Amino acid sequence: MIWNKEAECMPFEERGKLQLERLKAIVKKTYENVPYYKKRFDELKVKPEDIKTLKDISKLPFTAKADLREGYPFGMFAVPFNEIVEIHTSSGTTGKPVVAGYTKKDIEVWGEVMARALCMVGATKDDIIQNGYGYGLFTGGLGVHYGAQTIGATVVPISAGNTKRQLEVMLDFSTTIITCTPSYALHLAEVASDMGITSKDIKLKAGCFGAEVWTEKMREAIESKFNLIALNIYGLTELIGPGVAQECPDKSGLHISEDHFYPEIVSIDTLEPLPEGEKGELVLTSLTRDGMPMIRFRTRDITSLKREVCKCGRTLVKMERITGRSDDMLKIRGVLIFPSQIEKALLEIKGIEPHYQIIVTRPHHLDELEVQVETSKEIFSDEIRHIEAMKKKIENHIEKSIGLRVKVTLVEPKTLPRSEGKAKRVFDKREL
Amino acid sequence: MSGIREISVFAENKPGKIEKITGVLANEGINILAISIASTNGFGIIKFIVDKMELAYQKLKEKGFTVSLNEVLAIEMKDMPGQIHEIARVLLRNEINMENAYVFIEESRKQAYFIVQVKDIERAKRLLEKENLKLYDEVKEEK
Amino acid sequence: MFWQEEIETIDSKNLEKLQLERLQKTVRCVYENVPFYRDKFKDKSLKPDDIKTLQDIRKLPFTTRDDLRLNYPYGLLAVPKNGGVVRLHTSSGTTGKPKAIFFSKNDVNQSAELIARCLVMTGVKSDDILQNMMTYGLFTGALVMHYGAEKVGILVIPAGPGNTERQIALMQDFSSTCLHLTPSYALYLSEVMESKGIMPKRDLSLRRAYLGAEPYSEETRKKLEQMLGIDIYNSYGLSEMNGPGVAFECINKDGMHIWEDNFIVEILDQETGEPVTEGQQGELVLTTLCREGMPFLRYRTKDIAKIIPGKCRCGRTHKRISRILGRVDDMFIVRGVNIFPQQIERVLMSIKGVAQNYQIHLEAYDKMLVKVEIEQDFFDGNIEHLLILKSKITEKLKSEILITPKVELLEPSTLPMSEGKTQRVIDRRTL
Repeated sequence: MIWNKEAECMPFEERGKLQLERLKAIVKKTYENVPYYKKRFDELKVKPEDIKTLKDISKLPFTAKADLREGYPFGMFAVPFNEIVEIHTSSGTTGKPVVAGYTKKDIEVWGEVMARALCMVGATKDDIIQNGYGYGLFTGGLGVHYGAQTIGATVVPISAGNTKRQLEVMLDFSTTIITCTPSYALHLAEVASDMGITSKDIKLKAGCFGAEVWTEKMREAIESKFNLIALNIYGLTELIGPGVAQECPDKSGLHISEDHFYPEIVSIDTLEPLPEGEKGELVLTSLTRDGMPMIRFRTRDITSLKREVCKCGRTLVKMERITGRSDDMLKIRGVLIFPSQIEKALLEIKGIEPHYQIIVTRPHHLDELEVQVETSKEIFSDEIRHIEAMKKKIENHIEKSIGLRVKVTLVEPKTLPRSEGKAKRVFDKREL
Repeated sequence: MSGIREISVFAENKPGKIEKITGVLANEGINILAISIASTNGFGIIKFIVDKMELAYQKLKEKGFTVSLNEVLAIEMKDMPGQIHEIARVLLRNEINMENAYVFIEESRKQAYFIVQVKDIERAKRLLEKENLKLYDEVKEEK
Repeated sequence: MFWQEEIETIDSKNLEKLQLERLQKTVRCVYENVPFYRDKFKDKSLKPDDIKTLQDIRKLPFTTRDDLRLNYPYGLLAVPKNGGVVRLHTSSGTTGKPKAIFFSKNDVNQSAELIARCLVMTGVKSDDILQNMMTYGLFTGALVMHYGAEKVGILVIPAGPGNTERQIALMQDFSSTCLHLTPSYALYLSEVMESKGIMPKRDLSLRRAYLGAEPYSEETRKKLEQMLGIDIYNSYGLSEMNGPGVAFECINKDGMHIWEDNFIVEILDQETGEPVTEGQQGELVLTTLCREGMPFLRYRTKDIAKIIPGKCRCGRTHKRISRILGRVDDMFIVRGVNIFPQQIERVLMSIKGVAQNYQIHLEAYDKMLVKVEIEQDFFDGNIEHLLILKSKITEKLKSEILITPKVELLEPSTLPMSEGKTQRVIDRRTL
């Protein structure tokens, strides 16, 4: 099902024209209304008129998360404050949070791109969407809510957490679509099985999972435990929230709503644009954002783009699932490691639960990477030497996958903290 | 049977609780050999070893205390430095977890006992006997 | 200022005419679409055509919280569950099954319209900024207010409750002018401000606050108004009536205007179920006139209030009700959550090691303490077992009532037992 056939299946050339038109307008708008951008443009000696083709976007300055913090709270707004109708902030773990301001039009666009995403997952107005993303300042909850409302589906604004109630609602109302973080979906599956609930009792047909990096193995685990199709959603507060990109049932990448968000892939080292298909950092420019336009926002997410007519009929460019972030990528004794690689290796071993933590320390000026893994009940009740053997096996397997010997610690089932939102997997205790 | 029992009393963290409990024991002429108090935020457990276990248990129960009588290990040791460390090493080697522990010392100060509460007491006894540790027997009560 | 002046100042003759039309329509709708109501009509040998005047409302059956629960999940729905409704809110009930409240698309819109009337009635203009500090999610409070503010076109900060320092930072950074929160949280907030040396009048841009979801006193309002240097308005609503916006105070702060074009209000004697004379207190009973998804006839709110006689100076003709004076049942409210002692009891009795007796203590700032006696036989001298029991009780209670109480374990038979009704709830809050 396609929510907006005209926009989502537009011929490449025609979309290119639309994007250029919108790019020119947004560049002009930011130059004229956002002093921060005027200053940056002037520094680079670039004028709005210099944008003649889409390629010219590389003349424009980047925007980093730190720039947004500098402008806190209103520095990036392009409209008078009284036109802003809603504010969201990203969790500010380091200093000031990032503020996103939305005009009425922005909220409509958000509803539109989220409607596309939910429709891609299979939502119609007859569906009941259990929205397990957090409501409030976090964009996840209200973003999905607006999309569901645009479609006219029934939304249960259950928000994050409260696992027992989640399962109760899932059973009593036969909810058909769930939206939450993938790690929370696994937690729900675990609690459901503890309560004797089987996939037969659950009527979910699809899940829209995102807000954290996850793997194919996790997808398989969620799909088999709930008997549904698990699809990946992508978004970030700086651009709009969830709904920037969504995977279709073909599972061949996430379709970026590129008529609203123009994507580029740049080299992590040189920041030069990379040819299509190459892996690098995703950079996004908002083409229609009214309240707070973003020029070349550096997402820090690592992916690649593929432009083709998808089996689903959409022509929207596809991005590969995020394999890591250019900033949470770990460099251990010179080796670049994505936590997701370790997760993938772990899940290839039988008897291992998809709950783990990576702890990085530097005890003697040498990086140590410890992986704490939960074992299944069966294995843990075994004799000590079996546990030892299991540990060796995991260490060998990870070494084979990432080329680095790590220390593995097996912990009892259900002892690692479960998160109700984004799971924090990596604890980097080195003082770098 | 080589072993000893301890009395545990549940107590909310309120003043006067120990005074009341010890009052009951004193009235019955029961001698307290060892006492341990574990407290958490909100409540605590007071543990005793006394000379007349059965009697103490009955009397406390009659007075409405929440009481429990449990078998524990009483490992004999000399009253001198390093002794508990020795025992702790043996316990560790045998993978016996201490749930709770305290000491009581005989009047002579020649012998002391390390009182240990463990999950599987029979297994602990078997293992410790192999280690040549002496376990103390409860004094048979004169009925 | 008015949001919909014509309807807000409608004269009594036209209002009654409108009410009768809408009542007849609602009665026909539930008779045709809700088997629960059709059965009740049959029991009373009543037909929709028997409702000829507004006084005939007394012939109609009541709806209770239990009816909602017993007909969970879809029983009281008047539209198809697929396609007819767009939102579902649930809340836990007294004996296990939660109650479900459905909104149709028009219901979402209508509840937002009522909030828009309320906000404008207190002087809100387009440059106001609302910091919405109610819980977003299954509680209707935050989302309905959010939609209403959106309708007026003012900026909404969906802050949710808690994290008081961040709340204050948001007020400073965004110059919030209006707050929406519970009275207990307002008290806490003002204490935190005081301890941090923040003077709202000097350091913040606050103009007004909307307090709801919990009963509180006129004295507390005065105290809060003084501490925060703002105007405080009372808000009344309940999830069964689609949340806040049922009744709201105007700038005169002399009772809450209940939107009579949307609800017919009756005040009934709690014992006899007969109407009280105007001005006397009794149970508030509400009939919805505009609701599509779940129309309710004569819903017994169990809230005690009275009608304030006379006309309001603001020009609105809609009746005013007093603040909520109490409850017919033993429900109490903590941090905006409705809780029945029976809910606590059911959870406690399902846990091994817990004895029969318990007490619920409510203290300042909505701190909730549950005192629980342990079972004599459960005690085995192991402290760990007690700690596990304690956290199990805490977890299970949290999962039932959605807030985390403090749990205290007591010795058996230490709580007072009375021969009649044991007092389970000890409320020491001064709201």
